[in-house]
Amino acid sequence: MTTPTTEAPVTPRSEYEYGFHDDVEALVKLPKGLSREVVNTISDIKEEPEWMRKLRLKALDHFNARPMPEWGGELGDIDFNDIHYYVRATDRDESDWDDVPDYIKDTYDKLGIPEAEKQGLLAGVGAQYDSEVVYHNIREDLEEKGVLFLGTDQALREYPDLVQEYFTTVIPPNDNKFAALNTAVWSGGSFIYVPPGVTVDIPLQAYFRINSEDMGQFERTLIIADEGSQVHYVEGCTAPIYSSDSLHSAVVEIVCKPGSNVRYTTIQNWSNNVYNLVTKRATAYQDAVMTWVDGNLGSKLTMKYPAVYLMEPGAHGEVLSIASAGQGQHQDAGAKIVHAAPNTTSVITSKSLSMDGGRSTYRGLLKVYDGADGCRSNVRCDALMLDEHSRSDTYPVMEIDEKRVDIGHEATVSKVGDEQLFYLMARGLSEAEATKMIVNGFVEPIIKSLPLEYAVEMNRLIELQMDGAIG
Amino acid sequence: MTTPLFEIDALQVAVEDKQIVNGLSLTLQPGEVHAIMGPNGSGKSTLANSLMGHPRYTINGGDIRLEGESVVELAPDERARLGLFLAFQYPTDIPGVSMINFLRRAMSARRGEEIPVREFRQVLNEVLGRLQMDEQFVRRYVNDGFSGGEKKRAEILQLGLLEPRVAVMDETDSGLDIDALRIVSEGINAFHSDHNAILLITHYQRILRYVQPDHVHVLIDGRIVESGDAGLAERLERDGYEPFMARTKEEVMAS
Repeated sequence: MTTPTTEAPVTPRSEYEYGFHDDVEALVKLPKGLSREVVNTISDIKEEPEWMRKLRLKALDHFNARPMPEWGGELGDIDFNDIHYYVRATDRDESDWDDVPDYIKDTYDKLGIPEAEKQGLLAGVGAQYDSEVVYHNIREDLEEKGVLFLGTDQALREYPDLVQEYFTTVIPPNDNKFAALNTAVWSGGSFIYVPPGVTVDIPLQAYFRINSEDMGQFERTLIIADEGSQVHYVEGCTAPIYSSDSLHSAVVEIVCKPGSNVRYTTIQNWSNNVYNLVTKRATAYQDAVMTWVDGNLGSKLTMKYPAVYLMEPGAHGEVLSIASAGQGQHQDAGAKIVHAAPNTTSVITSKSLSMDGGRSTYRGLLKVYDGADGCRSNVRCDALMLDEHSRSDTYPVMEIDEKRVDIGHEATVSKVGDEQLFYLMARGLSEAEATKMIVNGFVEPIIKSLPLEYAVEMNRLIELQMDGAIG
Repeated sequence: MTTPLFEIDALQVAVEDKQIVNGLSLTLQPGEVHAIMGPNGSGKSTLANSLMGHPRYTINGGDIRLEGESVVELAPDERARLGLFLAFQYPTDIPGVSMINFLRRAMSARRGEEIPVREFRQVLNEVLGRLQMDEQFVRRYVNDGFSGGEKKRAEILQLGLLEPRVAVMDETDSGLDIDALRIVSEGINAFHSDHNAILLITHYQRILRYVQPDHVHVLIDGRIVESGDAGLAERLERDGYEPFMARTKEEVMAS
């Protein structure tokens, strides 16, 4: 049955175009609330090995024991007892698009997902609908080279040893309250393994969709780039607009082995009623390069600080981040880089926009351990406000315990300048067009680092958001 | 009598409650070049910016008419689309926005319809050549990291592309070396025709050696105290602004 409907938005973010939902009975939907029983049931449904069940239960204890974070955004309205922790729409993870149920296929068609795969722009595609991955496919030649790209649940069934070897090694279950929650109730997410020396030349993409009301999506992604390999992973996310809030709390762990190069791009476009509380971290070994490209446009509140731990000499970490907060939104985003070895390098570039009463926060940590000499890091965060009633904050924290390092830091907060507007308007551009041009220019350094299709999409989303803000 | 192309009629302009322009009147006919010359603080930049509609400047008397239609209530972009142009004394940089993108948007706005890529390229290359500018120039971000001379040249490039009816040039000659001054002046002359008019606002007489004015006006304390032909500029070069300033003081004392 396919009857997508559009409900009145709670906090309209201009014309949020993905606000529809499918009216369909889920195959499995656990009752609301979080308990040992719920965790056990999830593990039962997935027929998991015992170590995973134990890990989940241990993580649940961590979650219950930890207080809510008191920094960052306003989390007080989250009611953990009013959330469905597991919703499964279909009973299979298909590798042939034709086998995916029609109503789910329609949803992704509307989002334009399979189109990119058909056009050969992607090396592989994954799609997660509520709690479960419904589709995964990878180009044959890559599969033959041993590249694995599948749902994390499926990986646990088919490659349990590989999953066990790395799972929670980058982000331990007790890392923070929401990482603990994810570890307890995780479902779905992507698992990627790239064998030594293999280059995945075009991106692998996953698409996350929340469909059910009052649900929590807790995908768990694990990427292992073996020595000298190269991969680019892209994720996109949307959700319907319901009158109540949803929770998205993912954990992404990445291991960059010596000489590997991993790029992880996120275009987060959740509807304005989603709490997006995500822990993302990578470890980079000898001469490895890890890049997070993080675009946050949607959600009610996002708290996300992609991290790179530089573990061995020569490793390089980079975070490029764009956040845009409109009416009713708080983007608390940033980056975390830890120099744990000598001669490691890092770059953080953050651009945040706030408009229409929205709030953007840059929160960053740069840590250099004693003995990590010869490190170089450059941090640059710029904030642009489009009007008087929007807000922008910057919290760049630096903990530098080593003297022989080269650290550069620059932060700016500005308003769209009267002189810039006047200049463009004096050439015939309307105020709205001039503002868009200034904003596009502001985010340009990050946009140009994206593959063309994503650059176009990101620009389009920012413009859509501005249409609501500047009319 | 036909309608003048551009009229400034008893214009009064204030900045933050301070009256800067005090009843200035000037009429430009098609094909004319007028020069307004004045010392520092005489109101040159205030005049230039208020003609274009800068929000910081309040027009509290008089009128500005383009082809007989008042433009004082219009926003800067509306004035621009009607054919008014201001060459900025200090063009603002807009990082991340390429010149080529900006120029194409501006040309499309001026025309009221999207300019086809081919035509745009053709016109652009022609004007670039005229100004002895490299094609790579338009790949750079708007005024970002431009030298003083490059900024002024970029203004003249826009003048050539947008083909306004009336061009107000705010101290376009300042900060230019002799070669750049010559090229910029040639750009202005190439633009100039029987259909448009130019208002050169300047401190120094030197640009007037390259761009011949039909009329020269002396601006002191926000009003025109003397008008004449090109000979007036030479007098200013020789005697300076002092005699005119002394005279306004006497007038003020007498009134």
